Amino acid sequence: MALDWTPPRPGLGAWAVWRRNLRVWRKLIAPAVVLNFGEPTLYLLGLGFGLGAFIDTMNGMPYLAFLASGIIASSAMTTASFEGTYSVFTRMKVQRTYDAMLATPLALDDILMGEMLWCATKAAFSAAAILAVAGVLGVAGGWQALWALPVAFLIGLCFAGPALVVSAVSGNYDFFNYYFVLAVTPMLILCGVFYPIEGLPAAMQAAIQLLPLTHAVALARPLVAGLPVTDVALHVGVLMVYAVVGLYVALALTRRRLLV
Amino acid sequence: MTAVVRANDLVKCYGGFTAVDGISFDIPPARCIGVLGPNGAGKTTTLRMILGMTPMTAGSLEVFGLPMPAQGRAIRRRIGVVPQVDNLDPDFRVDENLEVHASYFGIDAATVRARLPALLAFANLSERRHAKTDTLSGGMKRRLTIARALINDPELVILDEPTTGLDPQARHVIWSRLMALRARGTTLLLTTHYMEEAERLCDELLIMDHGRMLDRGTPRALIRRHVEPEVIEVRSGDTADFADFAARHGCRLEAQGEGLSCYAEQSAPLLAYLQRHPALAYLHRPAGLEDVFLRLTGRDLRD
Ligand SMILES: Nc1ncnc2c1ncn2[C@@H]1O[C@H](COP(=O)(O)OP(=O)(O)O)[C@@H](O)[C@H]1O
Ligand SMILES: [Mg+2]
Repeated sequence: MALDWTPPRPGLGAWAVWRRNLRVWRKLIAPAVVLNFGEPTLYLLGLGFGLGAFIDTMNGMPYLAFLASGIIASSAMTTASFEGTYSVFTRMKVQRTYDAMLATPLALDDILMGEMLWCATKAAFSAAAILAVAGVLGVAGGWQALWALPVAFLIGLCFAGPALVVSAVSGNYDFFNYYFVLAVTPMLILCGVFYPIEGLPAAMQAAIQLLPLTHAVALARPLVAGLPVTDVALHVGVLMVYAVVGLYVALALTRRRLLV
Repeated sequence: MTAVVRANDLVKCYGGFTAVDGISFDIPPARCIGVLGPNGAGKTTTLRMILGMTPMTAGSLEVFGLPMPAQGRAIRRRIGVVPQVDNLDPDFRVDENLEVHASYFGIDAATVRARLPALLAFANLSERRHAKTDTLSGGMKRRLTIARALINDPELVILDEPTTGLDPQARHVIWSRLMALRARGTTLLLTTHYMEEAERLCDELLIMDHGRMLDRGTPRALIRRHVEPEVIEVRSGDTADFADFAARHGCRLEAQGEGLSCYAEQSAPLLAYLQRHPALAYLHRPAGLEDVFLRLTGRDLRD
């Protein structure tokens, strides 16, 4: 069937979808907090102190600060990616939540926009948890670090886009393995979370400029470490493009899937 | 009065397959209209088109005088839906399901809280208001879905096989709720496989098969139009002689496995014959909707 490429026109209904997800999440707040604080704490303490013992500074900051700022970006990515795939797929297909929503004044535009906002909210929450841990460990470079929260929200929007596209074409949960193995994990390894990308071969450095996590790290790191941020418009622009194009493509594909 | 739904030459194709093949009908207000048809007749597809959840291939559709799909959101704001397959939100309790669904209509929390007690009472779920939805029985889930469909105070309620799979007790409760709704002036549009349900609830019936509208009318009118008033079903014994006798008396006969259904204008001579042949076990009954249904849609199995 031909795709319906009518541009997204989400309305206030998107917030009703967002509030629904928030309401479910509040019921599961305890495990969510354990996960969001526990995992990054482990990373920061283990890798940060373990590797930090050998590495004095990296890019002009203590290794712990380097790592914490990178993990804020990567955690926003994985949080939004999980929510936009496994959780969205559960609501769309398994629980038929979208079917119930589509029988109300909500349009699919509202539903996907609401999901995207929710992915971003969870991303910001995970960033807040890591930032809190980083603050306690004394590696945040002042109040400027709080800018990492809106940036994490933006990173969430960015990665929700492709995740929603993957959900729209997925037949089952196993399909998401491809996305994580082929897209999310390589970004985690390659885009400068654990080490500066300047060490990579030149061709590779050029290639990873196309990957959104590179730009997410480029924004989050100086903000957290208290250093000046450069090329803001470029980084924000790349993240926005992934979000907007992702939403648009996901909407067309999800229309074909559900509105038959 | 103007029609609540007006469909003109509706067509729906899935690839090369035509599921709804040019149907036209209107639904008058404050009535209960039933759509009868075997599996795959196109009932669900038709309802989904009315809701704007399935784009139509051709034809035109007005709901509340507004064009579908152009005014889809405005139209759905005034409709309640009980879908064929349950889609209650398993992440929420009974009362939360109603509150969250209301939020999709933009109904504010205070208004919902004011409406909840009456809705829960209507659905006989007041005691279970804090139960998780996956602990509810099939009948309770159906009632909750009906309560959910009423959260926006709809003018039209669309129910797709509302009682399929329920036990008789649960079915009777739902029938009484639907009667109460109709008495309030809510327009009901429902599909069903149960002739008894159609006969009890519906003012008018649309009979569909293979995506086409076969006939429309009140249950009585349909029976009068399509079948003889009396039926004698001979269930066992040597039916050959009886069949000859009945045929000579102008009856219409339908074989049914071992048995035979005999549709008659006048049953007296047949009953006299059966008195003389006690080896034949039989049932004598007035013709009903099921006879109309089988006559119009045939006895072949649909899956
Ligand atoms: N999404 C779909 N894709 C292809 N065929 C479909 C789809 N939905 C329904 N059909 C077909 O359309 C016909 C009508 O289906 P439906 O409206 O569900 O019938 P009913 O509700 O009367 O049982 C059936 O033959 C069904 O297999
Ligand atoms: Mg159906």
